[in-house]
Amino acid sequence: MELKENTPIERLYNGILKENPTFVIVLGMCPTLAVTTSATNGLGMGLSTTVVLALSNLFISALRKIIPDKVRIPAFIVVIASFVTMTELLLKAFIPALYAALGLYIPLIVVNCIILGRAEAYASKFGLIPSLFDGIGMGLGFTMALTILGAIREIFGAGSIFGVHIMPAAYTPIGILIMPPGAFLVLACLTAIQNKIKIEGEKRGKDMSKIQSGCSSDCASCGTAASCARPEKEGVSA
Amino acid sequence: MNDQMNYQVSSNPHIRDKITTQGIMLLVIISLIPATVFGIFNFGLNAAILVIVTVASAVLAEYIMCKVLKKDVTIGDCSAALTGLLLALNLPPAAPWWIGVLGAFFAIVVVKMLFGGLGQNFMNPALGGRCFLILSFTTIMTNFAVPDVYTGATPLAAVKANGAYNVLDMVIGRTSGTIGETSMIAIVIGACFLILFDVITIRIPATYIITLVIFVTIFGGHGFDPTYISGHLAGGGLMLGAFYMATDYVTSPITRKGQYVYGVVLGLLTGIFRVFGPSAEGVSYAIIISNLLVPLIENMTLPKAFGKGGENA
Repeated sequence: MELKENTPIERLYNGILKENPTFVIVLGMCPTLAVTTSATNGLGMGLSTTVVLALSNLFISALRKIIPDKVRIPAFIVVIASFVTMTELLLKAFIPALYAALGLYIPLIVVNCIILGRAEAYASKFGLIPSLFDGIGMGLGFTMALTILGAIREIFGAGSIFGVHIMPAAYTPIGILIMPPGAFLVLACLTAIQNKIKIEGEKRGKDMSKIQSGCSSDCASCGTAASCARPEKEGVSA
Repeated sequence: MNDQMNYQVSSNPHIRDKITTQGIMLLVIISLIPATVFGIFNFGLNAAILVIVTVASAVLAEYIMCKVLKKDVTIGDCSAALTGLLLALNLPPAAPWWIGVLGAFFAIVVVKMLFGGLGQNFMNPALGGRCFLILSFTTIMTNFAVPDVYTGATPLAAVKANGAYNVLDMVIGRTSGTIGETSMIAIVIGACFLILFDVITIRIPATYIITLVIFVTIFGGHGFDPTYISGHLAGGGLMLGAFYMATDYVTSPITRKGQYVYGVVLGLLTGIFRVFGPSAEGVSYAIIISNLLVPLIENMTLPKAFGKGGENA
């Protein structure tokens, strides 16, 4: 799929699939592993993080020319912490059940590496609209990952999904899946499946038979330069 | 001149024994026959079904994983069958058959094959499978009552709770417990067989058991009470764990000093879990935690290479 860089759609695609924060860049593992004991918790955590991500990206992008380079990290943290506090108070007021379930992990969104990572890697360098969509894309990617993780752990570990019992009565829940080790097991399986699909996709995209295992870095004398992914090849074929 | 034809140029090791992995595994399986037969005799048909289902699932799991990972099929070395058998001997006799299937698949697929197969597993696969089952299905895995045969707690729980227990019954094995752990005599017969055939050495089990005895004497609250100490020795999975799980080649230290350290760590952990922990038994957790410490122990006890450590080194 070819998308123009830094457009809203490309940012969403990038955040949800191409650079999914959980499965591809493996950031924010603490909430990922700790709160995904049920689909509801995963979805709630994901959406709270999405709100903070989108708004902090937007504000940091707007302030990027004012914030001095030397104090940028504290400045980012202040912006992020403000939005986290707002989210926390709103959750406490309107969805107290979710607030109780997520507990300490809501204030800990401040130190979620995804948010600081996107501020540093993206929002502090690009304009308002792409930064906003970068935050939304990353947030939705995170939400998707957490919800899938929570759903799988809840279905097999408790026999229900979003709190509704779905497994037959004869099914004995595998309790370990809603305990901490279960988070590691399910996350590892999902990442493995994700990698498998990606590798298969890449194989289909290129003709593997033509790619030699040892690249001599000499594209001019290489027979497979046309199908090669090395960045230099454009210069050679031109 | 013809003699020279017999020399092969290769890297070390140059001295090879005739014994094979398959041979060792078969010896261990043979040595487990007394404990297995006693367990089936003691607990009845369901125990036999569990043993068969668990061993078959372990072998099947290894076969499937070898095919999926596109490796040579390694079920011929009998290590999967042994893992299945050890896991089955660690299951409560009244457990449903699918417990054996799930445990065997976890042991082989996650603990063994995903880490690289035989020789690469970071903890004992059978115990990994058992701990997975205990954490997942606590009620089934801690229910040792067998209809019409045994009811109530295991003798080790009675030892912990200062209840009544009969040491002679525990040594013979006519008590409740997991399928293979109850009979101290059957396990010790198998262990002697292994030691005679040089499959295991006495170092790890002896250090383990002696450390545990010292620990329960000091901290057990009964002083040097022979009945209490024999209750700890004959009860629970100590014998099975010390002779069969702790001596697993892959997950125990290779150095002699390391093996003593390992035995002491095992004894201390088991003592702590049994005396101070909430449940009566602690052998499984003690062994898998010690398994994780093995690389560290080996690193500490590695002998100096010849020529190293001198003034000019």
